[in-house]
Amino acid sequence: MVSTASNEAGALPADARRDTGLRRHVLDLDDFTIEELTATLDNAAAMRGVLERDVKKVPALRGRVVVTLFYEASTRTRISFEEAGKILSADVINMTASASSIEKGESLLNTGLTLQAMGVDVIVVRHPHAGAPHFLARNLANVAVINAGDGAHAHPTQGLLDLYTARQYLGELSGRKVVIVGDVLHSRVARSAVWGFANMGASVVLCGPSTLMPDPFTSAGWGSDHGSNGLANPLANVTVQPDLDAAIEQADLVMALRLQSERQERGFFPSLREYIRRWQVNDARMARANPGALLMHPGPMNEGIEVSSGLAHGDRSLIEEQVTNGVAIRMALLYQLAGAAAVES
Amino acid sequence: MSDATQNGPILISGGRVIDPANGRDGMFDVLIEGGLVKGIEPSIPADSLGSGARVIPARGMVVCPGFIDIHTHLREPGFEYKETIATGAEAAVRGGFTTICAMPNTDPAIDNAAMVDYVAGRAATVPARVRVIGCVTKGRAGRELADMEELISAGVVAFSDDGDPVYDSALMRLALTYSRDLNVPISNHCQDHALCPGGVMAEGWVSSRLGLAGIPSVAEEAMVARDIALAELTGGRLHLAHLSSAGSVALVRQARERGIPVTAEVCPHHLLLTDEWALGVKGNPNLTAGAAAYDTATKVYPPLRSDADVEACLTGLADGTIDCVATDHAPHDRVSKECTYHDAAFGISVLETALGTLMETVHSGAVNLPTMVERLTTGPARVLGGVFSDYAGLAPGAPADVVVFSPDAAWTVDVNNFASMGRNTPLHGVELRGRVAATLVGGSVVFEESAMLSSGVEE
Repeated sequence: MVSTASNEAGALPADARRDTGLRRHVLDLDDFTIEELTATLDNAAAMRGVLERDVKKVPALRGRVVVTLFYEASTRTRISFEEAGKILSADVINMTASASSIEKGESLLNTGLTLQAMGVDVIVVRHPHAGAPHFLARNLANVAVINAGDGAHAHPTQGLLDLYTARQYLGELSGRKVVIVGDVLHSRVARSAVWGFANMGASVVLCGPSTLMPDPFTSAGWGSDHGSNGLANPLANVTVQPDLDAAIEQADLVMALRLQSERQERGFFPSLREYIRRWQVNDARMARANPGALLMHPGPMNEGIEVSSGLAHGDRSLIEEQVTNGVAIRMALLYQLAGAAAVES
Repeated sequence: MSDATQNGPILISGGRVIDPANGRDGMFDVLIEGGLVKGIEPSIPADSLGSGARVIPARGMVVCPGFIDIHTHLREPGFEYKETIATGAEAAVRGGFTTICAMPNTDPAIDNAAMVDYVAGRAATVPARVRVIGCVTKGRAGRELADMEELISAGVVAFSDDGDPVYDSALMRLALTYSRDLNVPISNHCQDHALCPGGVMAEGWVSSRLGLAGIPSVAEEAMVARDIALAELTGGRLHLAHLSSAGSVALVRQARERGIPVTAEVCPHHLLLTDEWALGVKGNPNLTAGAAAYDTATKVYPPLRSDADVEACLTGLADGTIDCVATDHAPHDRVSKECTYHDAAFGISVLETALGTLMETVHSGAVNLPTMVERLTTGPARVLGGVFSDYAGLAPGAPADVVVFSPDAAWTVDVNNFASMGRNTPLHGVELRGRVAATLVGGSVVFEESAMLSSGVEE
């Protein structure tokens, strides 16, 4: 393996050390300021540079132990975290619910305490219950917790990779129009994306069947006097428009959400046929958006349902780019939580 | 209920006596002897009592009949790791409750006379009076009526399948009709399960934000409306347990106006706390939730709801639409709450924080003090009827069940000091005003906070 001076396997680029402030855990994007979001995206850009090297390895997290603790099936998120940790030279241990003491009835708390006692530095947790990462964070004094998806609550690393990908292609996100279409009610991806894009100053339109729309999410209550960190209510720029043809007008970015077939079985909408008629993102609908508007999907995709096949694999699709960027984002977060700067402080 | 150290008379001196049953509110001394109230006079000199008398100085305190709780989960038998009749009764008297009514969702359920006898036996030596509520249906299974008359003969004071509703509308109709002749209320836990599948907290912006499945108010209101219609049809004695939504209060108010026989209760937590407490910020909107969110201590059925619902419940309690306060004391073990919000058990340990919680609403001006005392004494006695009226007043000759409390004393809730085994309350660490100084059951001091009562036995 040949390495050049500029491609040295041994150090992170200096611009990967941008101070993001002190953060012990990544539980959601609702407590990220615009400065921290921007700094994280900048760090991820430096990590993308590492990903493009011949030798994808830096020693930034040598001696650190990262455990991926997954109570739900996952391909891309788990492998993405594993790859991110290994590129940074962390020791990565994968733990799945079906092949561990969890199957013998060990509680989430005791699993967490056991991992902490083993000296683990970071737990990356995915769990079907909203708030499971918060529960671990509350009870583990010496471990950083990263939420890799908790029930219908949040998926902050997905939100960050969505922001990164959007910024990469659109530049400044302030003033941009982002349409999120599908099952918003059950979507942790949507909830994190809303916080991320709204915090960055984009206007967000939520679109989908009214039966799958958490109406009160944008309503009073979470008003300006309740704003996170005392900031103005970031959700003031979030609106709901059930009609996709109307919602997509002037859009710069369309994000289609995964639709689980069980939603139809439980009566949230009459049939897949009707869903496709009203909410599938296809070429005709994209034509109503701004010229150059882009498509994202968090995966795994039901091709031909949420998105037409042609569009999913066409020029406007950023779906594969999102996956690559996911590794960079997770490298940035692991470094911010467990790297030298975090440890020294 | 005996206290060997106190045989002589007890004089509760210098307090504000609030006795709604007898229309009394003023500065009086209360003399207790032989387990009964002996006299209430503007002034009873201590030196007229002879040796061995005890004076409880109550200046600045409220002296009133002991509180009656018609909705208490004592967990015994079956769940002694959550609470026992003994620890629950101790928690009760610390909270000023002299009579508590044990809900029958035990294991086995209290659906026959032998089970009532068992609970009564276990309760014989505890500091509070414990009455028993029997199941509406055998095994709380919701299929066939329990032997109601046998249960009444054994001593039950009401029927309820609490924890679950009587879901089948036809069965609820039969229960109300059958119980009409028995003159004992059916207390229903109103929850249309089909409207809240998997729900763990109130449906609203907080549930949306936290990604938790919601329980809409209509899940309660739909069954409240059904039960009111059935009460009108049958003339049975319907009691609605733990109302929590503005819509439910409005339905009960309309029913009353139409002369339909219905009574209702509300819990202390539904008069002070909202769904925002699930964010883990103890009601402080200036804090971000972070890792403190998903506080499982806030998980309760019915769920904590919005400010508007709290307001409506307070208004309903103040104007008499809601007859009484009931704690729905629901103690749980640590494991049942040390988990994700989804997995956590429903319920709050209430007995020891009830008065402080309720006094916050008095201090805020939502309910006046005499009314609040009424809703804790004659209110619940009226709902249950029968023997309860004997314990709800302080007339001479009545059993001396008395609570002495400071309406203003500030204290910080610390679950580590609870007598209850249930440490599950979102109020841990919260400062409340209003605290019990002494509780007497049958003329015996069963609890006292000595620091609040400065002097002791008169020689």
